[in-house]
Amino acid sequence: MSNLNNQMVNKYRNDFLKEVEANVEEGDWVKMCMQCGVCAGSCPMGPYWDHPPQEIFMMIRAGKREEVLSSTSMWMCTSCYNCIARCPRELPITHIMHGLAHYGKRLGIAPKNQPTLKFSQKFWENLMTNGRVNELKLGITLYFIDGFVQGIKNALAASGIGLGMFKAKRLDPMEILGGHSVKDKSGLKAMIKKAQEIEEARISGNQ
Amino acid sequence: MAKEYSYYPGCSSQKGASGSNLQRSLNSVLDVLDIKLNDIPDWNCCSASIGYSGGGELPRLALSARNIALSEKHNPGQEIVASCAACWLATRETKERLEHSEAMRSGAEEALKEAHLEISKEMPKVRHMTEVLIEDIGFEGMKEKVVKPLEGIKIAGYVGCQTNRPFGINGESFENPMYLDKMVEAMGAESIPTYEKKVACCGGALAFSEPQKSQALVKGIIEAAYDNGADMIVTPCPVCQMNVEIYQDQINATYGTKFHIPVTYYSTLMAVAYGKNAKEAALDGQVIKAKKLEDIANK
Ligand code: SF4
Ligand code: SF4
Ligand code: SF4
Ligand code: SF4
Repeated sequence: MSNLNNQMVNKYRNDFLKEVEANVEEGDWVKMCMQCGVCAGSCPMGPYWDHPPQEIFMMIRAGKREEVLSSTSMWMCTSCYNCIARCPRELPITHIMHGLAHYGKRLGIAPKNQPTLKFSQKFWENLMTNGRVNELKLGITLYFIDGFVQGIKNALAASGIGLGMFKAKRLDPMEILGGHSVKDKSGLKAMIKKAQEIEEARISGNQ
Repeated sequence: MAKEYSYYPGCSSQKGASGSNLQRSLNSVLDVLDIKLNDIPDWNCCSASIGYSGGGELPRLALSARNIALSEKHNPGQEIVASCAACWLATRETKERLEHSEAMRSGAEEALKEAHLEISKEMPKVRHMTEVLIEDIGFEGMKEKVVKPLEGIKIAGYVGCQTNRPFGINGESFENPMYLDKMVEAMGAESIPTYEKKVACCGGALAFSEPQKSQALVKGIIEAAYDNGADMIVTPCPVCQMNVEIYQDQINATYGTKFHIPVTYYSTLMAVAYGKNAKEAALDGQVIKAKKLEDIANK
């Protein structure tokens, strides 16, 4: 368990709601939930969630810290905004789900080997390299994310798609050699570094 | 005189990327409508809705803030327009978050300083390309330019999620927006206003990380189009377009279906109706060929 996680456990002891309000994106909205269940019924990935948003919000109030932060549930969110559009209390549910997922990961207690966590992380790293996303590189890293053998299997399974996209000029192999990038890479990196520092200071300042 | 906008093209529009045919067909359409897009110089990726794991909150907002700052600097006085739903959403959400939260605003400003950039108090409006077409050109205006009406083609208008939620197009409902159908009709094709899966989710970025779950959603979207007698599907979203078009073989293999339905952008449709050739309309960018549109384009 990470250091930060221990610190947070000690600091908030019995008040997980307070911890969420202080540290999770849009977390101060959680208490507004009236448990109507509309979000749970509107979610396209509903069948695959261990706990739909409604339940997650209830569990936060009930102090089920580990269960929430290490749940795979939030990682099932496709960002379709259906829940937000329908919630009678206007909770920014999508963002809270992303925020909880990110917070669990920051504390080192997010589920291991969750595919969307890995993809989301790869996406960010790919972006950070050049300031723009290189779909082909992203795709290739992804095929090999589970290790070499599984990577080959994945690549074979998707090869029909790659070929079709290639013929339609929508995947450019030259991209692999360099591809798109911003010019002011150093400015972009310095900006992100600063933003990360501010965010870290905010969260550890809450210790 | 041409209408001018500050344009945020986004990664998926780059040459060699999956959505590059949106850009190509759009250029043909905007040419006819006398709309000029000024690219935001040195724009960066906005991290869409999937960068949250690595990005967190402020770093993610900073990305879009940089694009807004660059737009203000190089294209002053111009509204920002995006054609990718996720780009539009990320940029508009950032503007609103920075307007509503002092803490986020001052954090973003401090981060931007590192890149020698700043945002003004009143950031420019952030609009989706379809908003521009509907509000600034209008359905009548779009229709006026049609030289080859798309007669005899029945089209399921698949709006998807992020073009529609949480912002959507002014005056339209979240549950059954009509604008895409009206655009289809304006081009002389037959629309399906009751298409059940119009605003259903295709799985978005989870198409990569959770392919089976996402493909189950796509299956429903395609099935409903066939049930309504559609010849093809049309969408404004690059992620929807890709997800619904390219996995059809895999879905057929899994479910024993026989899907083979073209999925194009609204801009491809419009380009053909405006008399552009197959290449200008980016019909060569289809993985599943849009035969009926090709026939009209080649006429
Ligand atoms: S729809 Fe809103 S109020 Fe209802 S359960 Fe979900 S979050 Fe709570
Ligand atoms: S945004 Fe996420 S949580 Fe909300 S309905 Fe869509 S998938 Fe479910
Ligand atoms: S939404 Fe997608 S395409 Fe658009 S910039 Fe962001 S990541 Fe790149
Ligand atoms: S339908 Fe799919 S790709 Fe399109 S906006 Fe929704 S999640 Fe994104």
